[in-house]
Amino acid sequence: VTPRALLQLAAPAGLVLAATLLGATVSRSTEIYFINALVAVSIVVALYVFVGNSGVLSFGHVSFVAVGAWAAGVLSVPEQEKPAFMPYLFDFLRDTTVGNVPSLLAAGVVGGVFALLVGLPLMRLSGLAAGIATFAVLEITNNLLRYYEKIGPGLNTFSSVPETTDLTQAAIGAIVVIVAAFAYQRSRFGRQLRATREDPAAARAVGVSIYRQRLGAFALSGFLAGLAGGLYVHFLPINVDAVYLDLTFITLAMLVIGGATSLWGAVVGALAVSGLDSLLANAENGLDVLRWTIEVPAGTRIVVVSALMAIVLIVRPSGLTGGREFSLDPLWRRLRPS
Amino acid sequence: MSAVVASGLTDFLGDAVDLQVQVDAIGLGATFALMAVGIGLVFGVLRLVNFAYGQLIMAGGFALAYASERGWPVAVGIALCFGVVIGLSIAMERAVFRPLRTQSPAVMLIATFAVAFLLQSIALLWFGPLGKTAASLAQLNRPVSIGDVDIRKISIVAIVSAAVCLVLLVVLLNRTSIGLHMRASAMDFQTARLLGVRANLVSAAAVLISGVLAAVVAVMLTVQFPTVTPGFALRETIVVLAGVVVGGMTRLGSATLGGFAIGYASGVLGGALPTAQSQYLPSFVFGVVILVLLVRPGGLFTRGRPSVERV
Repeated sequence: VTPRALLQLAAPAGLVLAATLLGATVSRSTEIYFINALVAVSIVVALYVFVGNSGVLSFGHVSFVAVGAWAAGVLSVPEQEKPAFMPYLFDFLRDTTVGNVPSLLAAGVVGGVFALLVGLPLMRLSGLAAGIATFAVLEITNNLLRYYEKIGPGLNTFSSVPETTDLTQAAIGAIVVIVAAFAYQRSRFGRQLRATREDPAAARAVGVSIYRQRLGAFALSGFLAGLAGGLYVHFLPINVDAVYLDLTFITLAMLVIGGATSLWGAVVGALAVSGLDSLLANAENGLDVLRWTIEVPAGTRIVVVSALMAIVLIVRPSGLTGGREFSLDPLWRRLRPS
Repeated sequence: MSAVVASGLTDFLGDAVDLQVQVDAIGLGATFALMAVGIGLVFGVLRLVNFAYGQLIMAGGFALAYASERGWPVAVGIALCFGVVIGLSIAMERAVFRPLRTQSPAVMLIATFAVAFLLQSIALLWFGPLGKTAASLAQLNRPVSIGDVDIRKISIVAIVSAAVCLVLLVVLLNRTSIGLHMRASAMDFQTARLLGVRANLVSAAAVLISGVLAAVVAVMLTVQFPTVTPGFALRETIVVLAGVVVGGMTRLGSATLGGFAIGYASGVLGGALPTAQSQYLPSFVFGVVILVLLVRPGGLFTRGRPSVERV
């Protein structure tokens, strides 16, 4: 592993650590925003593992987040509290309760297996057909989780899930996902998949199976998305609408704004958009900057975030980072202009 | 068990061939077909999937509701609706579609995603989550009795206006020079430009026509569902998009047919299935969508093998 490659891991991980340390110094009520941003990093990096490396758009990843959240949530609610909001659970789900870490692992496994099963047929598709098909997966998953009350709370909110995702756990989760994404993109599988992204015909000509590479990335990214979903349900009492269209939009926005083709871009995008989002959320309640109080009407933040996303796409279609990994070369070049 | 299933099936078939259900389903199919044309036309020329199409319709719905709350006559409301929707589509073309024309389809799709959420959140900010009601159009939703079936006027209006719009569009595409330019651009944009087709004009024309169709759909949907919320027409757009891709995006005819088919199918299924089962209707519809995409990725109503896309 060269220093240059190490820097590509150290930069995003360092950014996450910096955000964590900053979050540790602020008040309890502000800390929430930092935890939220770190969970967003996990989801966006999970999405990046597939979308960034393969170049195929997926609208379906939030369904893996959703099943992960469902798995971790259902398994970790204390047994005596389950009947209160999940009265129709299957017997084995009703009688099983596990701790924090096993529930997160279960979330990842459920997300990964689900992605693998979904990917088996779907990874044959590309282009628009793939986009619409993954969207269909999101619709079906949401529809089932909404009404099938034997596997979860249905329309009820996931109350009384132990809120174990504090700043530390969110940071560990984000780092784990980043390291996994880094290890994958350095592996031969990641390189093969990136080759199919750049030129499918040439990749096929040197013996890369597009289908297999995409399927592997899809399953891995499903596992990571499921894990992120587990982190999410341990952080906030969510319901089925929290893991649907809005989350799909905001995570895709984060990835694209940051730069979809690099890990650095995914992390930068997630943190930048979350930061802006939290600032605006604060401004909706009145924000004191120096001597002025900035106050904006409720709902402004989605307007600003979506307008920003459109503007970034028009001005810089490859994202804030240009879709490149972190590197000091541009800096060196500026310091030594010869 | 099998007797129960059999009787359930007979009930289902009985409901499904019921004339009333049929007319409503065809009406819904006609509305969806118009949306499919609006989406398919822009895709044909610009290779851009307009996810924000539903929000155009939503804006039209709000225009109608606004006019209705002020007590303006229906004709003024409809004129306002057309003005708002067409103005918005042209603004969208200018501000977003045109600068992004050379980008990959994925970038353009996400850009329209952003526009969709932008318009929706502006509507949320402006009109609130509960939305507004367009009461003055309710007269169109009343049924008329033909024989022993009650048919809602709007179903007839929808079918007739969809037919008229489609005929006009076919005439426009086949008998005018701008239609010829659009068809040429849909086939091969670069070559068409080399041969003197003006790119900006063609893309503006396509977006303009699709905006007119969105306004027509806005009127028809607002009559049927008078409560206009920021999420208005979002579900319909998603379903129509699925229908268009299933039908085959690359040709306008197959896209329209796909839109009609999915509208008709959800109309019949929604009218005939009992409520306990119709809550899983989206799963069923999207399951069929996935199946069709797997068997015929290029679309149900297209011929020949589709070329591989690099998205």
